[in-house]
Amino acid sequence: MIRIKDLCKTYQIGDEPVHALDHACLHVAPGEFVGIIGPSGSGKSTLMNIIGCLDVADSGQYLLDGIPIENYSENQLAAIRNRKIGFVFQSFNLIPKLTAEENVELPLIYQGVKKPERMERVAAALQRVELTKRANHFPTELSGGQQQRVAIARAIVTRPSLILADEPTGNLDSKTTLEIMAIFHELHRQGNTIVLITHDDSVAAQAQRSIHILDGRLREVKGS
Amino acid sequence: MIASLNQALRMALKSINGNKLRAVLTMLGIIIGVMALVILVSLVNGATSSVTGAVSRLGTDLLTVTISDDKGQPVTLSDLSDWAAAENIGLTAAWQTESAVGKSGETAESVQLTGTTAAYYDIQGLELLLGRYLKSADVENHSKVCVLNETAAKELLGYTDCLGESIALNGLAFTVVGILADDDSSLTSALSSGTLAVHIPYTALIRLSSSVSSHITSFYVSAPEGGTMEQAEAAMTAILMERLRQDEDAFTLSNQNMLEDAMSSITSVLTILLGGIAAISLVVGGIGIMNIMLVTVTERTREIGIRKAIGASRGTILQQFLLESVVLCMLGCAIGIFLSWVCLKVVGVVVASLELSFTMNLTVVLIAVLFCFLIGVGFGLYPANKAARMKPIDALHCG
Repeated sequence: MIRIKDLCKTYQIGDEPVHALDHACLHVAPGEFVGIIGPSGSGKSTLMNIIGCLDVADSGQYLLDGIPIENYSENQLAAIRNRKIGFVFQSFNLIPKLTAEENVELPLIYQGVKKPERMERVAAALQRVELTKRANHFPTELSGGQQQRVAIARAIVTRPSLILADEPTGNLDSKTTLEIMAIFHELHRQGNTIVLITHDDSVAAQAQRSIHILDGRLREVKGS
Repeated sequence: MIASLNQALRMALKSINGNKLRAVLTMLGIIIGVMALVILVSLVNGATSSVTGAVSRLGTDLLTVTISDDKGQPVTLSDLSDWAAAENIGLTAAWQTESAVGKSGETAESVQLTGTTAAYYDIQGLELLLGRYLKSADVENHSKVCVLNETAAKELLGYTDCLGESIALNGLAFTVVGILADDDSSLTSALSSGTLAVHIPYTALIRLSSSVSSHITSFYVSAPEGGTMEQAEAAMTAILMERLRQDEDAFTLSNQNMLEDAMSSITSVLTILLGGIAAISLVVGGIGIMNIMLVTVTERTREIGIRKAIGASRGTILQQFLLESVVLCMLGCAIGIFLSWVCLKVVGVVVASLELSFTMNLTVVLIAVLFCFLIGVGFGLYPANKAARMKPIDALHCG
């Protein structure tokens, strides 16, 4: 599914080069639920951006579904994000002017899916996160947990190869965190590949496999 | 990959709808620009058409021919009557004017003498009040008869009904045979109202004047019944070209269309001038749109990041923001056109008594629409491109 080898990414902050990723290696098999854990500044976000095809590495190899990512143009990366990756962000990142339903519909519009099919798939995705009743609400009219469920619906509506969650529970209280994690477990059971990035050990512990990241280096914590 | 136009249009409308006050304020520049363009040009056109209408009513159905070089073959009265018989030519009338002193009893006045032939009456569309006009026989016999206009009769003889009276023109006695009605309907008479006009046979004028000879240098031509002035002009030109050895500088043909042409060139300059000024205000409106679009792009950086993260390509983002500015412009354009229409209606009611009609000029409306579209695209391109070029991570982590 994901095969990362010797990935390096260096930022220049002032005169100081910062190695956000230092020869990182990672392998995620299809159907796996992997937690990546690390403190802030450890290179998590950089790894997440590269896995999510939002950014490209300086050197090293990244194969997603067997496709090497390095040599793609910006538009090709957009297409890959659209079809292969479902993002769930810490700050939900819903578009405030669109209703829950329209937010979920957006990636399908970009795919060029026809209206009747779109409506069907949006309804199904909202059903899975149990938000059918809130379909016509705007994000501001929803609680944090509900917003995150909309974001999850948006992530899964394209049936992506990979669900990439960046601190999905970072802005939520413990009760809502449980609800959201339950959804991730449910999605995992249905055969989705999930990579979840967090700094919370208790959240990471729920993953099938945890990987520590520190100063740009990855280290396996526990296997299953 | 680019979302369908319909979808993108709905997104653009939604985003404009989300900030109505700003949208209206932004569009104001375009609305005012379009109104300036449409109203000014329509007003100028309305005024032009009423003025040219008035000019053309003054008579455009005669040609004035002037011969400057006869190449040793002077045109005579018999040539003119031959030419009158040619195809596509109606009537011809030799014509020459002189000023002279008209005397009757103790009264002496300066008069405008016109030496011409019988056809002049029909060509100029004159109207007789009393008596008759000059006849071909008068011309052939060099008769000393004259036709006065009403003003001349009143000034010289003191009354209108003066047929058979005798007046002296430069000392030669002429008998009054007809009185012409003063009318202002033809351009020449309108311009010369108040003058004392005396028409005498062309041949009589030759005797009276030292500068007029039997070599005709100017004459009038009219089109035949059912023929057009263009055909008459062409036919006359052909005849004269042949006669004057293909030298087109030897003669000039003119008609009152030239007055209209001059009018229309003045008004088209005016239209371009006013249209240009209005276009500048449209461009200023366009800059307003660009300004707001730049603000919008900055404000919505995060939204752009989200859209890119979930798969919007550069083209999609470009299309979205470009469409927004085009929709803003076209909306402003539509409102501007509507308001112009209302204004023109109001102006039309106000000036109804002046017989001016101010209708919206369709061409200028089309130009306004096209111009607004170009402004929408032109001034939207930079902000939209700025949005499209944003890197998804930078955009996402902003704000």
